[in-house]
Amino acid sequence: MNKLSIAASFLLFLASCSESKKQLPILGAREAVEKTVEGKTITDTIYQTIPPFSFLNQDSVLISNKDFDNKIYVADFFFTRCPSICPVMHRNMLKVYEKYKGNPEVKILSHTIDDTYDTPYRLKAYAKKLGVEGDQWEFVYGKHDSVYTIGEKSYLVAVGKDENAPGGYMHQGWFILVDKSKHLRGAYDGTKPDQVEQMMKDMDVLLDEGDEK
Amino acid sequence: MKNKLLLLAFSIACAVVFLNSCQSDKELEYIKYYTNGKLLYEEHCQNCHSSTGAGLSMLIPPLTDTLFLKKNRSKLPCIIKNGLNGSITVSGRVFNEQMPADDHLADIEIAEIITYITNSFGNKQGLFSTAQVSADLQKCNSR
Repeated sequence: MNKLSIAASFLLFLASCSESKKQLPILGAREAVEKTVEGKTITDTIYQTIPPFSFLNQDSVLISNKDFDNKIYVADFFFTRCPSICPVMHRNMLKVYEKYKGNPEVKILSHTIDDTYDTPYRLKAYAKKLGVEGDQWEFVYGKHDSVYTIGEKSYLVAVGKDENAPGGYMHQGWFILVDKSKHLRGAYDGTKPDQVEQMMKDMDVLLDEGDEK
Repeated sequence: MKNKLLLLAFSIACAVVFLNSCQSDKELEYIKYYTNGKLLYEEHCQNCHSSTGAGLSMLIPPLTDTLFLKKNRSKLPCIIKNGLNGSITVSGRVFNEQMPADDHLADIEIAEIITYITNSFGNKQGLFSTAQVSADLQKCNSR
């Protein structure tokens, strides 16, 4: 009997451990800065943050970082004529879209990397055929330089023109999870269903985190 | 008497095995094509058409329309080799996108892919031979 109660309390202990809230790390570069608050010098950490941006979305509306304030979002890079990994990525992203449809705290941001073909008009046709309505999932168009710069410098996703790649562009299939303070909180291979599953779990964690950060 | 019955059963069993082995050349070829076809499908087709053949929304047609695949059986080699342009109706839905060509595929690889597709996702059409692929390709290339 005694042994049993020890085992039971041990189990309880384990259970209480697993209940501690999971937290996601903050990714990317960071630097320590010293600043003076009320006469004392303190050290603060500045995390990599998505800088201000503005792009045209599939409805030819100019959207900016402000549209993502107080929301968590997933960013990716694709192009509509992409014959390789994009269909897989967006097949998986559709699951994310369906799960958080109508949730005002969640958005999806897909950047086209083909600014010669993928005009907002073509992005709209693509979104419609994919089965996406409204502006919760933004398909955005920007000039080559601005998209490539924010992709590589801010979201840390490699993109580029490559004549040898299928479709003429090479890019990585990462889904980048960004929190309400525009910090990078996760990177998932958008071509792998199990990683996208994990991302959705992590999105729930991030939503739980609320406005603490 | 019992022995005779056993002997009879044994010889019937032997006959069945023997008859089956006669079929097995063709059967074996089918299995070979289907297995290689699955690997080639995963490499060349699955990104777009998905592992279940479901396609993607209104962008990429499914491979589950058994009637479409039966009706267009002789066009399948050309579609894979040369790609597809313009509007097609599959599963009652109209698709109007571009399918990229895969012109580096050998005839036997196309035959294996078609054997896999036309015997998966609810389809059951049996072997698609390499000779058939070559003949069908000649027809569409001379057009």
